[in-house]
Amino acid sequence: MAKVNLGGIEIEVDEDGFIVDPTLWSEKVAQALASTEDVPTMTEEHWKVVKYLRDYYQKYNIAPMIRKMCKDTQVDLKHMYELFPTGPAKGACKIAGLPKPTGCV
Amino acid sequence: MAEELKKDALVQIDYKPPKKGWMDTPVEFRHGTYIYPARAKNLKYLDLPNPREWSPTDEDWKLPENWKEIVINGMKERLDKYRSFKVYMDICVRCGACADKCQFFIGGGDPKNMPVLRAELIRSVYRGNFTAAGKILGRVNGARKLTTDVIKEWFYYFYQCTECRRCSVFCPYGIDTAEITMMGRELLTLLGVNVNWVIEPVANCYRTGNHLGIQPHALMDMFEMMLDDIKDRTGIKIEPTFNRKGAEILFITPSADYFAEPGMYTCMGYLMLFHELGLDYTWSTYASEGGNFGLFTSHEMIKRLNAKMYAEAKRLGVKWILGGECGHMWRVVHQYMGTLNGPADFLEEPVSPITGTKFENAKSTKMVHIAEFTADLIKNNKLRLDPGRNDKLRVTFHDSCNPARAMGIFEEPRYIIKNVCNNFFEMPENTTREQTFCCGGGAGLGTDEMMEMRMRGGMPRANAVQYVHDKHDVNRLTCMCAIDRATLTTLMEYWVPDVKVTGIHELVANALVMKGEKERIVDIRGEPLKEEKGGDNV
Ligand code: SF4
Ligand code: SF4
Repeated sequence: MAKVNLGGIEIEVDEDGFIVDPTLWSEKVAQALASTEDVPTMTEEHWKVVKYLRDYYQKYNIAPMIRKMCKDTQVDLKHMYELFPTGPAKGACKIAGLPKPTGCV
Repeated sequence: MAEELKKDALVQIDYKPPKKGWMDTPVEFRHGTYIYPARAKNLKYLDLPNPREWSPTDEDWKLPENWKEIVINGMKERLDKYRSFKVYMDICVRCGACADKCQFFIGGGDPKNMPVLRAELIRSVYRGNFTAAGKILGRVNGARKLTTDVIKEWFYYFYQCTECRRCSVFCPYGIDTAEITMMGRELLTLLGVNVNWVIEPVANCYRTGNHLGIQPHALMDMFEMMLDDIKDRTGIKIEPTFNRKGAEILFITPSADYFAEPGMYTCMGYLMLFHELGLDYTWSTYASEGGNFGLFTSHEMIKRLNAKMYAEAKRLGVKWILGGECGHMWRVVHQYMGTLNGPADFLEEPVSPITGTKFENAKSTKMVHIAEFTADLIKNNKLRLDPGRNDKLRVTFHDSCNPARAMGIFEEPRYIIKNVCNNFFEMPENTTREQTFCCGGGAGLGTDEMMEMRMRGGMPRANAVQYVHDKHDVNRLTCMCAIDRATLTTLMEYWVPDVKVTGIHELVANALVMKGEKERIVDIRGEPLKEEKGGDNV
């Protein structure tokens, strides 16, 4: 797997650019990932979603269902796509340093 | 996502065969048509051979040094063990009846996606190594040598087959190319050549009981949300039980039913139905997956993953098992479970506690399909239904490959749908029942990097949906498979964006009149019941 420079450190990423080791995540890394996902600047709202995802992941070891994510963050799906144009699963989860989900999803 | 693929990019299909013969046309790995390889950590977790980092686009795939010997020995072992494999290797007369029946050939035009040629990829090696004529005559006899290019070709084309078995319906000899694909994948697995979209769910399943790697506390979190939503929509508080010893029935469904949309609406349907019946049943946080990606890996893996169903049924002391709306799970349950994991003589022959109906067909596996269970309830007048609540939906039904061709379960889903909906329309005959077209993303192909091939393979199905959409204004595509609910959603977004995807028990949830419910003004998705059609955006 390839190593790329994200926010000043060398980090291993998978074929789609998701970081492989979620513990290497930092806000700087998030900033760098955001620029690859059509999010030019991380606003307070972006951080709210990203931090929610991190907390959820730390607690449950998995990304939340999209519906749950909207419900808990009070950001509706339409606005979620405005914030993260590449989508909540791909964009927001990638920026939050979560792995890609697999299975019947 | 499908949006990355330009709309109409796939309408032009090039059926012109390559200039050279098929043996002289090597594979070209183009993004969108192959799947990323399995991560080393997942292979290690499962004790599978040759964990390493590699990419299909690499020249050197880092195969084990004695890879040829491994493949030939692996073939020999399987030819001895599985009579079907040996027969399929010998009896094809290359009549071509199957050639244009595969959706990947129809939607893609690559001759190696004709079932007959897909099988020939492996048959040629069989001839070259296991038949006298092939050994002597070589190419004249359709035999060839095993090279790394052959392995690359196998990898490419055995992961462009969804093991859907449509081709087998048309073969006069009953050759089942899906089984040949399964053998090809088993042999590749011996070399450490497999895909992450299959192996990671398998590893997750081995660790947590389900594909998505959901641990018990996360599972509870999901259920809380669904139960809140049900209360919100119906006014009824449901309290299901988990891992409860002594329950009469254990219920097992794919994890995507409680962890993804639109599956969760179907899951809410199960919860509401069982509550309304007062069914003595339990969920399990261990047998928390009906699906079995072992089916897409090897027979050994099918057995390893499926063992949890009976183990949990035994531990909890239930009488029998009820299974949810999954596709390939039923292929495993129906065709392999009895032999691989049975006999389950600690269970009883399933009888519906509500109607007294004996499910004779489940005598050996002790596992009943939810469509049979619910159809039987309706037939015996045990449910109060208001199909008018689904009136904004104009519904069609996709027969999922495995329940259709492996189980022959055609009538029950239709019977349920017609009882819970007023507007039901069939797709054209040669695209339904045993001739159903695949969603294009089963058997481990349902991943984003495979998008071009998925949209191509799903095109014939999408075409049929387009037809009923144009003719009858259909806006919902019903199916009873978790892979379908995910892959058809993407397929519809690309080809027929006005159509949304639904499970059967989501429709049941809307129509089910529950004791003590409040007036229903929204459907189970939380959208107005009486909206004009077409406005049901999620
Ligand atoms: S239909 Fe059967 S016999 Fe004819 S080419 Fe296909 S696999 Fe061979
Ligand atoms: S099993 Fe399905 S996908 Fe595979 S070759 Fe046959 S028709 Fe094609």
